[in-house]
Amino acid sequence: MKFRSIAYQAAALAAVLVVGWFFVSNTQENLEVRRIASGFGFLQREAGFEIGEKFFLAYGAADSYARALVVGVLNTLGVALIGIVLATVLGTAVGLSRLSPNLLLRGLSGAYVEFFRNVPLLVQLFFWYALITEGLPGPRDALSPLPGVFLSNRGILLPSFDSVPRLEGFNFVGGTAITPEFAALLAGLSVYTAAFIAEIVRAGVLAIERGQWDAAQAMGLTRRESLRYVVVPQALRVVIPPLASQYLNLTKNSSLAVAIGYPDLVSIANTTMNQTGQAIEGIAIIMGVYLTISLSISAFMNWYNARIAFR
Amino acid sequence: MKRKLILAVLALAALPVYGQTTLDAVKSKGFVQCGVNTGLAGFSQPDSKGVWKGIDVDLCRAVAAAVFGDSTKVRYTPLTAQQRFTALQSGEVDILSRNTTWTITRDTSLGLNFVGTNYYDGQGFMVPKKLNVKSAKQLNGATICVQPGTTTELNLADYFRANKMSFKPVVIEKLEEVLNAYFAGRCDVFTTDVSGLVSTRASRAPNPSDHVILPEVISKEPLGPAVRHGDDRWFDVVKWAMFAMMEAEELGLSSKNIDAQMSSTNPAVQRFVGATGDIGKMMGLDNKWSYNVVKQVGNYAESFDTNLTPLGFERGLNRLWTQGGIMYPIPVR
Repeated sequence: MKFRSIAYQAAALAAVLVVGWFFVSNTQENLEVRRIASGFGFLQREAGFEIGEKFFLAYGAADSYARALVVGVLNTLGVALIGIVLATVLGTAVGLSRLSPNLLLRGLSGAYVEFFRNVPLLVQLFFWYALITEGLPGPRDALSPLPGVFLSNRGILLPSFDSVPRLEGFNFVGGTAITPEFAALLAGLSVYTAAFIAEIVRAGVLAIERGQWDAAQAMGLTRRESLRYVVVPQALRVVIPPLASQYLNLTKNSSLAVAIGYPDLVSIANTTMNQTGQAIEGIAIIMGVYLTISLSISAFMNWYNARIAFR
Repeated sequence: MKRKLILAVLALAALPVYGQTTLDAVKSKGFVQCGVNTGLAGFSQPDSKGVWKGIDVDLCRAVAAAVFGDSTKVRYTPLTAQQRFTALQSGEVDILSRNTTWTITRDTSLGLNFVGTNYYDGQGFMVPKKLNVKSAKQLNGATICVQPGTTTELNLADYFRANKMSFKPVVIEKLEEVLNAYFAGRCDVFTTDVSGLVSTRASRAPNPSDHVILPEVISKEPLGPAVRHGDDRWFDVVKWAMFAMMEAEELGLSSKNIDAQMSSTNPAVQRFVGATGDIGKMMGLDNKWSYNVVKQVGNYAESFDTNLTPLGFERGLNRLWTQGGIMYPIPVR
């Protein structure tokens, strides 16, 4: 009986390997016959194109494709991590508001969830992007709500440690800029994912028995204190697994960046593939990177889930 | 059968390696499958009735006229810049006729052969008139909207590096969206091939006269059709269908006068229309192949005048060599 089950599994594994080998070797043979270049040698060559945002790593057109792709990975990670934090904060706030005794708050947060959950993310990204590029004035008539802070369709300019933004030629120089692309992508991803997180948080809180609330109240805790010390710690156990998959979704959804011009990994890999013509390698890199990021997030969330589990 | 099914899953993995020639395959299926732009006015774009129009489309029609004697036997596959090479490599299309720049990297490493040049182009810049910019040399520090999927990003970076200027690219995939960003003022400059600038300014700008195209042309962009590497007969057919249109212009043959010219005593014309010689048979085609091309599609000038002139295109470099341009058709003899 045991032997038979092992034999079946071995046969299945062999079949998968044979099919995999067939695809790889056939592709290689075809590439060879057609004289289509293959391999990862191109990574060391000069990329030759510019990248609009590189706040995490210096890069110029004379750098290699490998460095350009690393800039892309960092841009993806940057927007995903900040997005995860914002979405979690916003989602938790909205989720708890849906359970609030305040009618207005409950209604507003309900409307928020229904609206943002049901409009496709791509449409929302276009909306945020158009809001910034069409809604704000050009750099020469930029709004300045605070000294040294400028709002224009080139983004939000803030003073940095060493310089204050000023208009020079076409654009602002100096200071730190939050570009419209980054802002639109971050807003879109956070607001969209927060709608799902709100529902997860609500479900988590509702999963806690009424008795826990009553017990907390009997001990003289206020509503806020009951939530903070009794309900949320228990709700976390319900919330963490679905939350992890929302984090994964947010990270993967960040690849929609290419539609509004944020230079994430997919956008830079696209340019790389176009210049080198090596689509198979490019797609393999994209898949490898997303897989690594997703598995890391999963591993972290599993570790956290195990840590807070009942022992 | 099973093997075939598995093969079909991955486009590249699924190629028949030692198959028949493309010409035989096209003849037996009865139409030419042509990869074209998803929509670039003057080059390839469906009109209000859904009929594809443009000079790249005319090239597809010319090939169909040469092979079948019927220029309507074409099916079009609209392709984005990113899909185009894979579509040709995998056999999804027989010809790629999609304003594609001929470069050495593409010719040698993508498994395809460029047939020739049907439009000499170059990359340029468009800016709003109100910025008062007169030359690309004044663009230091500008924000520039650009579409990926071409050599455009590379040329742009090269030009700014060579002139020791800096710029900020905004790279947006869809033409619609990149133009929205430019027209909304997100960028100071929009860059693409000059043909694309003229075409989009005429067809998409809210007010075309608000935008100027700067005089600098920063790259050579010979646009032309491509076929798969290693199929010389099909390569010949596409190449000569293209040259036939230009040669017809040089010989003074057009769709309107070619019937009258059938009885011409000029030996070059006689050879061209297939009255003497057997050029068509050598190519595996009907001897009236070139007559059919000109009769049904027209010569190069007719194609240019119908598709590009109304949008404000100048003939420029694309005039025949006899008229000061660099279009030099290889002799049909």
